[in-house]
Formats: sequence, structure tokens, C-alpha cells
Amino acid sequence: MKLSDKAEEILEALWIAVEEKKLAALDPQDFTIPLEDPAYVELTGRALVEIRQGLVYFRPEGKVEGRTTIRRHRLAERLMMDVLNIRGEAGDYKACEFEHLLHEGVDTKVCTMLNHPTTCPHGKPIPPGDCCDQARAEGDLGVVPLTEFKSGQEGEIAYILTEDNKKMQKLMAMGVLPGNRIVLLQAFPSYIFRVGYSEFAIDSNLAKEIFVRK
Amino acid sequence: MTGEYILSRRALAMLLLQQDEEIVSIVRHQEGDGYAALAEVARDISFKRRGSFHLNLSLERNEIAKELVLGVFTAPEKRVVTWAERLSNWSVRPLTGIPMLLIVLYFGLYKFVGEFGAGTVVDLLEKQFFVEIVNPWVTGLVKNLIPWEILQELIVGEYGIITLGIRYAVGIILPIVATFFIFFSFLEDTGYFPRLALLVDRVFKYFGMSGRAVIPMVLGFGCDTMATMVTRTLETVRERVIATVLLALAIPCSAQLGVIIALLSKSPGALAVWGVCLLLIFMVVGLLAARLLPGEAPMFYMELPPMRLPQFTNVLTKTYTRMQWYFMEIMPLFVVASILLWLGKVTGFFEKAVVAMTPVMNSIGLPKEAAVAFIFGFFRRDYGAAGLYDLQTKGLMDARQLTVAAVTLTLFIPCVAQFLVMKKERGWKVAGGIGLFVSLLAFGSGYVLNNFLLMTGILA
Repeated sequence: MKLSDKAEEILEALWIAVEEKKLAALDPQDFTIPLEDPAYVELTGRALVEIRQGLVYFRPEGKVEGRTTIRRHRLAERLMMDVLNIRGEAGDYKACEFEHLLHEGVDTKVCTMLNHPTTCPHGKPIPPGDCCDQARAEGDLGVVPLTEFKSGQEGEIAYILTEDNKKMQKLMAMGVLPGNRIVLLQAFPSYIFRVGYSEFAIDSNLAKEIFVRK
Repeated sequence: MTGEYILSRRALAMLLLQQDEEIVSIVRHQEGDGYAALAEVARDISFKRRGSFHLNLSLERNEIAKELVLGVFTAPEKRVVTWAERLSNWSVRPLTGIPMLLIVLYFGLYKFVGEFGAGTVVDLLEKQFFVEIVNPWVTGLVKNLIPWEILQELIVGEYGIITLGIRYAVGIILPIVATFFIFFSFLEDTGYFPRLALLVDRVFKYFGMSGRAVIPMVLGFGCDTMATMVTRTLETVRERVIATVLLALAIPCSAQLGVIIALLSKSPGALAVWGVCLLLIFMVVGLLAARLLPGEAPMFYMELPPMRLPQFTNVLTKTYTRMQWYFMEIMPLFVVASILLWLGKVTGFFEKAVVAMTPVMNSIGLPKEAAVAFIFGFFRRDYGAAGLYDLQTKGLMDARQLTVAAVTLTLFIPCVAQFLVMKKERGWKVAGGIGLFVSLLAFGSGYVLNNFLLMTGILA
């Protein structure tokens, strides 16, 4: 069964204390959720943590759960910033609520969509999931900007990411449309690519806004 | 819609939905009061389809195009790499592209335009045709027909319409410009320019321009006036202003180049000093302009058409139309310049102007006679350079003075025609500002160069 939101928060705090601050345990007095909270009972009842002399310790199963919980939290932060463009405190706050939805494969989908990020917006590492390890093993680059292609490499256009409407129209007029095949012919001094039967040259500012998948 | 339009209703509607500024203003004008309702509907549809309107439009166009070619077009199983494609590949890689550019410039500009156009053909037309045949004949004719000396002067005198204006336009400018335009049209038709543009894009970005600006810059070596007009192909106003400044300042046109090279080639080193000076000023002004001018950074995109061997008739037609434009524009100016110069001489205005400019000339180390060249220079820069040529023949200037004068004159105010085009393209304010800036910088650079040459003793 799914843990309560509060229980997940506690697991996260404990994971950060143990894995990142290298402490032995979490002291609930330094934390926003006091020891009297029923969430602690929920966790001990599931044998994820144990409480000795007022301090919270991981049990082995709890550590695994904590890792995936922190992973969901940081993925949610990335999602807020990269895709929904919500930044700062508002983004942190929304991420806290959003993370609890990333269960049962949703986290894998979000992770793949974000192309398996390794750090959260605050620069802390996101523990890799199975999908990340699999992508690494297969050498699957996922969706990357055209600037990451090597010359001669061919791929499919995934989307164009630009806030400038004019740029978007210029690119579409060249035939840079989602689903079209694209071949990068040269990367220096300018990017040259072929779409259909036409060749175009663009600078790196435009090239980094075309996202392609192999 | 009730107004009268050239476009079909459907096309109009599509453009309205895309918020094409020109169409919106036309429709607003044509529809009058009815426009508000129309705008409302357009806004509604745009909003409903906001997610992917442009994308759907492009995809649909793509579909239509695919249907059109269906059945009439088959692609080869495997891409055939042609010889032209290989050439194209060489031209866009820095390692092979730069040598290729140098080869093109050497044979195209130096050998064909410089040696053949400005050398062989000018010799034939100017020296052998005009000086030896036309001028003596016309002079004789006019002196017999018109008894008044002052009018004789106007037509066949020192600055005469025929002996100077027409001779200059036809004998010197025509062959240089014609060979340049042949060279330019040929390159244009091979598809080399887009490749050159992408090759230099990174460097040009330092000067606040995209690689696209290389086309007006190359054209500027033929005719700065025409090149200033071509700057309108550049994407942003900022880029256009930078290109206009650099064209006005540091790119000598073919007519000027021809005369200056002839002038300076007699003293070794002078040409190099002149070249280095211009390159330096081009770079410094470009770098500063990129830093100081406000506005968005340039973006570069360009289609690369396949490289082709140009068709002879196409090249000739293009050259012909360019020559026609050039002559319509330039010929009257030459005649007007001749008349003004004649007026200046007859009324004694020149002597006064020369006196007024003497301190300026002295400050950059030139004899006062050089002032005439600068006054000429305002009409056409090459006119001015030709004036220097006369001074050199009379032995009034040494190598240092010639170099200083040539640099100053190259940088100095563009010809009247270019100034007028600048005004037309950029407006009075910008054109006036550029004019003032260019004049100050020209004399400033002359002053610095003169002192530098005096101090170091180069060219002494």
C-alpha cells in the first residue's frame, strides 16, 4: 500500500541525513514533523525505520524506499523547472506536492521524458532508477539537441524548443518538423543539416533548439 | 470582407491568422469599421488552435507538397554523391574552404577584375580609345563650334563633361565594374555564397553580423552603393546598421580599389600598410559596434542550394541588368560632378575650399593641393583617388603622404550616390550620423597613421 505524504517526507529527510550528511540517524527535533506524529508509527509498522532513544534509524528495506522517494522528489523538481517553468520557492513547494503522484511507473515516464537527469535544480544528485541504467546500457541518448549529434549522424526530429516565434517559423519553413528525418552533415564552423532533399546551414543558437532522437 | 484585394480570400484568411503585419494593416485599411469584427473572429480561431497552429499549417503544406510530387518524382535508391557535392563539402570545411576562398579571390578578383579589367581593358579603353582618339577629336570639334572659352571648359576642359566625366565613367569605371559584376554573378550562380556565409559566420558574429552579411560585403568591393541596398536582406535592423557603417567606412569599391592599387603599387610596402590599416579599422569598428549597438543578437540560417556550373546566358543577363542599373544611377552623377567641379573652378570656390582645408591637410601631413582630391572625393571616392593620381604624377607627394592620403580617402565619406542610398535605407538621422562618424574617423586615422609612419620611419 502507498505511504502517506507525511511518511514519505520523513523518509526523504532521513535519507538526506544518512546518505548525504553522513549522519547515523535523523533527530526529529531538527525536523518539521515531531515524533508524536502518527506517520512514524506508520513507518515502524511497515518495518521501514526503527526508533531508538528518540532518534530515527533506517532498516534496510527503508533505505531502498527512501532512495526511490528522494528520486521522485527531485524528478518532480526538474519537471517543475524544465517543463512547467515554475522556479524558486513556488517550484519547490509545487514539487513537494507533485512528487507523491509519481508512483507506479509514472516516475519512469517522467524520467525518460526528462532524458534521465542526474541532478535536481539545486545541484543535488538524483539517484538513478532502472530506466536510467537501461538507457545507459543501451547507449540510448534519448532526445538531445542537434548540437549533440556528430557529423554524419542521422535522427528523427522530436520537437523544437524555442520561445521565439520567429525562429520557430523559420525552422518549420526549412522543413524542421517533428517526425522528419534529419542528417547532420557538419558541426563546425556552422551546423549543416539535410532534411528531405534540401540542405541548410544554421548557427549553434538555432541548432540547440532543435531536439532530435536517434 | 468587403474590400478589394489581389489575393484570394483563403490566402488572406490564412495570413490574417498568422498575424502577418503587412496583411493586417492592409485589411484594417480596406475594411474600415468592419475590421473589429474580423479581428475578433481571427483572434477566436487563433486561440482555439493556439497549441499547434503553425505546426499544423506546416504539416499540411508538407502533405500537399508530398501529394504534388507523388507519381512524378522518384528518388534514387542510394544517394549519388556527385562531383559538385564533393566540391561543396570542400568549400564548407575550414581546412579546405579557406584555401578555396583564397583561390577564388586570387583568380576572380586579382587576376580577372584587377589585372584584366582594371589593367588590360582600362588601358585599351581609356588610354588608347579616349585619350588618343576621342578626346583630341571632341576637343577639336568643340573648339571650332563654340567660341566661348568658359563653355569649352565645361565640355572638354580639365573637368569637362566629356574629357573627364564620360571618359571616367566609360573608360575606367565601366571595365572595372563590368568585370566585377561578371565575377560576382558567376559566383552567385554557382551557389558559392551561402557556403562562404556559413564559413565566416562565427567570425562575423564578433562584428555583430551573421554570416549572411558576407554577401553585401563582397558586393561592396564592386559597388558600395549597390551593397548598401543589398543590406536589406539582413535579418535585423542592428545588423543592417553595422553592415552599412562598415561598407561606408572600410570597404573600398572596385573603381576606388583599381585606382588606389595603381597609385600605391609603385612604392613597395605602401599597399601593405594601406591594407593592414583598413583591415584593422574594419575589425575595431566592427567589434565596437557589436558591443555598443543595442538590439538582438543576429541569428544565422541559410539554405544551401546544390552547387552548379553557372549558365553562361544567366550570368550575362544578370551582369547586364546590374550594369544597366549602375549606369542609370552613376552616369548622371558623373556629369553632375563634372559640372559642379567646373563651377567650382570657374567661380573660384575651389581655391577658397582648398585654403579652408589647408590646416586639416597639414595636420595629417599632406600638401595643400591634396585638398582638391578630398573635395572630389565627396562626389565619388574614386574621383578623389584619381585626383591623388594626378598629384603623384606631378611629384608632389612621397610614399608616406600617398599612403596617408589613400587611407584617409578610402575611409572618408562615401560617394554621393552611396550617401543617398544610405539615407533612403536607414533614414536621415542614421545616415547623417554615419556620415559624421566616418568623416571624423577618416581624418583621425589619417592623423594617427601619419604620426605613426613619421615616428617609425616605415615608408621613409
